[in-house]
Amino acid sequence: MGQTKNILIVGVGGQGTILASRVLSSVLQKIGLEVKVSEIHGMAQRGGSVVTQVRYGQKVASPIIPEGQADIILAFEKLEALRWLTCLKEEGIILINDQRIDPMPVIIGATEYPDTLDNIRQRTKNVLVIDALKAAQEAGNAKTVNIVLLGLLAKFMDIDQVVWLETIEETVPPKFLQANLKAFKAGFATTENLNLGKD
Amino acid sequence: MLMKKLLTGNEAIARGAWEAGVTVCTAYPGTPSTEITENAALYNEIYAEWSPNEKVALEVGLGAAIGGARALVAMKHVGVNVAADPLFTLSYTGINAGLVLVSADDPGMHSSQNEQDNRHFGKAAKIPILEPSDSQEAKEFTKIAFELSEAFDTPVILRITTRVAHSQSLVDLEPRQEIPLRKYEKNIQKYVMMPGFARPRHRVVENRLEKLKEYAETFPFNRMELRRPEIGIIASGVVYQYVREVLPDASTLKLALTYPLPRKLLEEFASKVERLFVIEELDPFIEEQLKAWGIEVHGKDTFPIVGEILPETIRQKLGPLFNEESPTAKVQDSCVSFPNIPVRPPVMCPGCPHRGVFYVLQKLKLTVTGDIGCYTLGAQAPLSAIDTTICMGASIGAAIGMEKARGKEFARRLVAVIGDSTFIHSGITGLIDAVYNKATTTIIILDNRTTAMTGHQDNPVNGRTIKGETTKEVNLPLLCKAAGVNRVVEVDPFDLAKLETIVKEELAAEEPSVIISKRQCALLVKNFDTPCQVITEECIGCLRCMKIGCPCIIKEGKKVRINATQCVGCNLCAYVCPSGAIRKEGAANGSN
Repeated sequence: MGQTKNILIVGVGGQGTILASRVLSSVLQKIGLEVKVSEIHGMAQRGGSVVTQVRYGQKVASPIIPEGQADIILAFEKLEALRWLTCLKEEGIILINDQRIDPMPVIIGATEYPDTLDNIRQRTKNVLVIDALKAAQEAGNAKTVNIVLLGLLAKFMDIDQVVWLETIEETVPPKFLQANLKAFKAGFATTENLNLGKD
Repeated sequence: MLMKKLLTGNEAIARGAWEAGVTVCTAYPGTPSTEITENAALYNEIYAEWSPNEKVALEVGLGAAIGGARALVAMKHVGVNVAADPLFTLSYTGINAGLVLVSADDPGMHSSQNEQDNRHFGKAAKIPILEPSDSQEAKEFTKIAFELSEAFDTPVILRITTRVAHSQSLVDLEPRQEIPLRKYEKNIQKYVMMPGFARPRHRVVENRLEKLKEYAETFPFNRMELRRPEIGIIASGVVYQYVREVLPDASTLKLALTYPLPRKLLEEFASKVERLFVIEELDPFIEEQLKAWGIEVHGKDTFPIVGEILPETIRQKLGPLFNEESPTAKVQDSCVSFPNIPVRPPVMCPGCPHRGVFYVLQKLKLTVTGDIGCYTLGAQAPLSAIDTTICMGASIGAAIGMEKARGKEFARRLVAVIGDSTFIHSGITGLIDAVYNKATTTIIILDNRTTAMTGHQDNPVNGRTIKGETTKEVNLPLLCKAAGVNRVVEVDPFDLAKLETIVKEELAAEEPSVIISKRQCALLVKNFDTPCQVITEECIGCLRCMKIGCPCIIKEGKKVRINATQCVGCNLCAYVCPSGAIRKEGAANGSN
């Protein structure tokens, strides 16, 4: 079971992480892999921290990613990226949406929002930060941030783009399909490179 | 070819029920069980309902089963406490067609007020428990549970945990098996449990349990997997999957039927390994039975009794016994967690109708007995407006008890808050107690027209069924009046001035009163009002608006700003602003 791959999707309730993970898991299933997904979403709609763990390979037992074994972390928000960084593998990649959402302890002034990106870059080298909101707006719909980020993730996975597009078509309502396809392509076309961190 | 689909454990249970020919499915929503019934309701062949509470859900289920139809009843772990009364006696009567009760436990309390281990219910009520470890098994075991239920004339508990309920894995889809309605025959000795008939039924239960114990020995889903003999692990549920992942070479006894336990099989397994471990989340349920039988076993001396058991814990505790390198030895930089990362607890949404109520309650410095729902978040900073939260419906009884303990004067500074769905679930009886026993309690029903926390399920107050049909709405004011409450008043929680006046008036009244704070859940409102904005030059930086705990208000330097993309224009911040610096976008000074 050595070749099981692990992707962690983290964000804040309401950001659309669950739809993104649904598309991802369908894509993996389509290419014939065993997939297990674990979601903790008890209070997700209420702005709490949301985590989805996606594991895939020839044979997957546990739905939970072992500590420090995520191949890719896709973070929809910067503080969540920092929070879940401990899950990243030594050679793993962390993809971050350059968005800040203050949690309640910060809002009420009990604590400060930490310096996220610098801290992440000091601790790991494969970091890529994009402004997915801007990309989504340019693609025509600000609500497709999650699909922009999915497109970015796809760039780092060796799966034919056609499978992704087909799966998005099957998952999102027809009314929003065009905007979502454009958003995916925008994320996929990200030209920034990894590595702005240590070394 | 079989079709495979990626399903959550909950979707798989609904699918299993459908394939097993179930025609009745009942539940009260509760994380992590809610999606079972939501998915069952999508099948035309299944009658599904949100019952007012878990006790009624089980009673409707047992009526259906005794009436001859296979029935699935689903609830979260604490729901079984509510349904325990019918459950224990249903064990005596047995069923006619199969009845399966899904208990969705929540080790780690991802979304619960406790982490009780519901396997004890199976043992206490003397009914079998099946525990699936992934979605495929969730579907299969649901079907097996119906077969066991009918073969042994007993209700069966299908126990899942959050990780099984909310994890997705591939499931084989099979066709539905149509099960004809069983014949219903009146049988007073079997179904009327008065002492004379119940005594012989207790013997039936004990005999049934003996037969189940024998059956457990050869139950094909209890599976011995012999590998390396140094250690043997007994596991069930998702923990079995963790063991396979972390210690693939360990000998494993996978238990599907965790009550009653197969003694001979366990003894045989114990004899084939050098050291025996039972890895079980929460209580030492299996371990204690093994020890009672004199089988030497490690369990809670090695693994925690509190919270979830995760793969990492198993690796740390047992990996070294295999002389495997512990991965914790090679910690990388990224693995060292950054200190003091601010927590991100769930919060009341922008425009939440509960926020204003808690603002008023904390402003008046009242003692507040709380209940279960989104509004439990009113206990968190900065509102910190709730004193107690115990279980569904407890707010009203707790307020009565405080008044009886501390007197009427104390009750003038005391309110109970309870949601619409929770009030129907088990608040009504508390209200009747207040009237009957002459309390002067003030009760606020937070009526947001839905069961919000679990994901907006319909309920008896909002006039819609789980199938989306319209139905009669419970009239809350009339219901309270019929219980004997003279003072029942409705108020819009966005009208804070009026709300405050009413709360003061009702607290002063020397009789029980009910305030119905009525406004739809903000997440169900489609047309938002104009967002508010802060006129920076007029902001005096008092930060009073930060005290309402709205996630849209952001501190910038010494002043504040409002996140216009999130704000729904509820105007609560404008109300609390002493300098009039917060206004609707486009509004002139003083016009909010």
